[in-house]
Amino acid sequence: MAFYVVQFLTGLASAASLFLVASGLSIIFGVTRIVNFAHGAFYMIGAYIAFTLTERFSGAFGFWGGVVMAAIAVALIGVIVEMVLLRRIYHAPELFQLLGTFGLTLMVEDLVVLIWGPDDLVGRRAPGFKGAVDFFGQNIPSYDLFLIVLGPVVLGILWLLFQRTRWGVLVRAATQDRDMVAALGVNQKWLFTSVFAVGVFLAALGGALQIPRDAVHHAMDLRIIVEVFVVVVIGGLGSIVGAFVAAVLVSELNAFGILIFPKISIILVFLVMAVVLIVRPWGLFGKPEAAARKTPGLTVNPWRPLTSNERLAALAALVVAAMLPLFAGNYALTVGSEIAIFVIFAVSLHFLMSVGGLASFGHAAYFGLGAYGVAFLAKMAGLPMIVCLLLGPLLGCMGAAVFGFFAVQLSGVYFAMLTLAFAQIVWSIAFQWVSVTGGDNGILGIWPEKWAASPSHFYWLALGVAALVTIALRVAVFSPFGYALRATRDSALRSEAVGINAKRIQWTAFVIAGTTAGIGGALFAYLKGSVFPDNLGISLSVDALVMVLLGGVETVSGGVIGAIVYKALNIWLVSQTDLSKLVLGGFIVLIVVVLPKGIVGMLEMLAQRRRKASPPGSSLLAKPIESAE
Amino acid sequence: MSVAPPLLAVEGLTKSYGGIHAVRGVSFSLRAGEILALIGPNGAGKSTCFDMLNGQNRPDSGQVRLLGEETTGKKPREIWRLGVGRTFQITATFATMTVRENVQVALISHEKQLFNLWGSAPNFDRGEAGRLLELVGMGGYADRPCGELAYGDLKRLELAVALANEPRLLLMDEPTAGMAPRERVDLMRLTARIAREKSIGVLFTEHDMDVVFEHADRIIVLNRGTLIAEGSPAEVRGNPQVQAVYLGEGLVYDSRHREGTSA
Repeated sequence: MAFYVVQFLTGLASAASLFLVASGLSIIFGVTRIVNFAHGAFYMIGAYIAFTLTERFSGAFGFWGGVVMAAIAVALIGVIVEMVLLRRIYHAPELFQLLGTFGLTLMVEDLVVLIWGPDDLVGRRAPGFKGAVDFFGQNIPSYDLFLIVLGPVVLGILWLLFQRTRWGVLVRAATQDRDMVAALGVNQKWLFTSVFAVGVFLAALGGALQIPRDAVHHAMDLRIIVEVFVVVVIGGLGSIVGAFVAAVLVSELNAFGILIFPKISIILVFLVMAVVLIVRPWGLFGKPEAAARKTPGLTVNPWRPLTSNERLAALAALVVAAMLPLFAGNYALTVGSEIAIFVIFAVSLHFLMSVGGLASFGHAAYFGLGAYGVAFLAKMAGLPMIVCLLLGPLLGCMGAAVFGFFAVQLSGVYFAMLTLAFAQIVWSIAFQWVSVTGGDNGILGIWPEKWAASPSHFYWLALGVAALVTIALRVAVFSPFGYALRATRDSALRSEAVGINAKRIQWTAFVIAGTTAGIGGALFAYLKGSVFPDNLGISLSVDALVMVLLGGVETVSGGVIGAIVYKALNIWLVSQTDLSKLVLGGFIVLIVVVLPKGIVGMLEMLAQRRRKASPPGSSLLAKPIESAE
Repeated sequence: MSVAPPLLAVEGLTKSYGGIHAVRGVSFSLRAGEILALIGPNGAGKSTCFDMLNGQNRPDSGQVRLLGEETTGKKPREIWRLGVGRTFQITATFATMTVRENVQVALISHEKQLFNLWGSAPNFDRGEAGRLLELVGMGGYADRPCGELAYGDLKRLELAVALANEPRLLLMDEPTAGMAPRERVDLMRLTARIAREKSIGVLFTEHDMDVVFEHADRIIVLNRGTLIAEGSPAEVRGNPQVQAVYLGEGLVYDSRHREGTSA
């Protein structure tokens, strides 16, 4: 019995940090409507700076002062970020906000390694809370007891702040109606900045307070942000009480999940999240979101199928690509195969994101499931390659069918957070369930059969599949189903009023996209000869998003162009610099701020400008991003 | 064969929010080819009533029968499948698609081709889409992006979309709101003509009394959630109760004033 009580208390202690970070995210979202992906990064910087300060200054004041100083310092960094970056994207579609703040996260990951080095840093213990308390023969660290008390205390302080201060009243008012608050003459700019600073302060404090419990390392940002997304999805975005309750719930589920499913403890959290989403899609304490901005929210040229000339040009490009083995070496062909596979991956996400308006932040899950599908079939069942390639993607299909069913119940940022959380769950299973997936060691030795073994043969295979997939999805875009999918994206109200069951259409699109991604993953497994949890990790999901965004969300062919340019750049970049994340992150931020229409969108715009006599479409297109709602 | 059931029969429709009775025991019916206006001052319960007919809101009690079939509590898309077209107070269209594509989506849905992944949507029922657009006078706009249309044109497009499933009944929520006076008359004339030609029943809510009295065959008047009058435009115009609650600001003020003193 005592053991369970201790386990329960450990859960409560873990909840404190989680609550701090989640409440910060919720407060920022409430007022600015931005889901700050960089929140995990601020948490991480908080921990790193606190580590440095507490090492530098000794004594009780040194520790506690260092923790608070660190949080304040990070809040100041937050203010700069808000003023320089976020102010430019408040009116952008939410996809761009998520991506912009994600770009920041990537940059921070490389920066902390640059400053503090790649090794885990073990911080000092908190003065006054170094020992443990004996509880019927079980030890509880006294610092855990401190954290258990801290959580409700912070909740109380926040409550007082929001109920009893003028600033709090303004924040609550802005949460309900931003425009009205602005109309009443409140300086919105500074309100937003101060809210962001408070939110970041909470995240950094959460990070700083973790140092006596956990080592500081440069991957802690993604781990916490996924947990925080789960917390706000369960608790309801924008609700501080919800953040508290859900943080406790998730932490307890983690604490006890280990006892019930030692191998895949995360399953329990997933099950609870699924139940909450079915019963209360907006979270336990959340409110249904007002009609969200459409994901590809900029004005769009009407889509049209390729003209016969353009078809010829595309065919010519394909023929040229097919001739690569005549003059390129083996390395170039391997790179070419990889690019072809990423074209498959990108067009699959593009279909979901551009046509369906559903920006999945966890699309790599289905890519990776396809790869694992092939690995299981080839290594365990020993099936021939062609059978594996055909059946492997079915694992991606099944994953998409299960997760997609839940994901399409939501939209906008909730959809993005949920898909990310699902992907992380799949990743955790691949990582933790060592007996089946090999865990971190992956599954090795998946080599293509003789007919596809040579680099040129494999390249042709990958290119051929990529071409087929691209054509098939293009056909789907201009099929009745494609129109229905675009209809659900454009207006939920109208599509329902003309008899369209939007969720079923979107679910179908999700399964199509997931299966297609699985095809890419299946080829990828053969290209690399192995499968690792990274094949379904977050960074791969973000690669897909960036490829689509770079090519142009609002275009039909953006996925293809984006994948080719991005993957080529990426491979080149990794070979040139150790700071690829920093460059990549900066690149993402740049696209979001400067090139929101992507490459194909830019080209279309330039073409339209040149055709000066064209109908008024061009003037609409030329509208700056600020006017897009 | 006995008399055909009315197109729309509403019995004792009731809905309250908290302690407020938005709609109380409203009953009326609508025949094929008839144009029925639902009017009432702001807050009378028109929109609540309307939303319970088209499935966006669920009544606390009472029932709605469309074409003899009980539809109370059904989803909007299920009601649409029974042959009900509708337009919105604030237009809802597919903004990134062209005018023709907007109509084609409705046709695709009507012909149950929503999950067809192979066909060519740009060529889907092009002729029928063109005819519907001609019917509402939008034939020349077929290739225009819907997002560029003037508001009056959007309203006409909505009408074409609403007609795509060969409806027996049209539900139009403030069809002329936000339009110029000239456009209002045009749109309602068009609606009335189509309704008579195709024998479609039309139920619409409206604030513009000129539109109501010119085009409605029959008018029902709601006030504070209850039906206070029903009849031809002439009858409703002459009804003192309607005049008291509805016509003219001064009268409304007077009536309230009197109520206040008598209470």
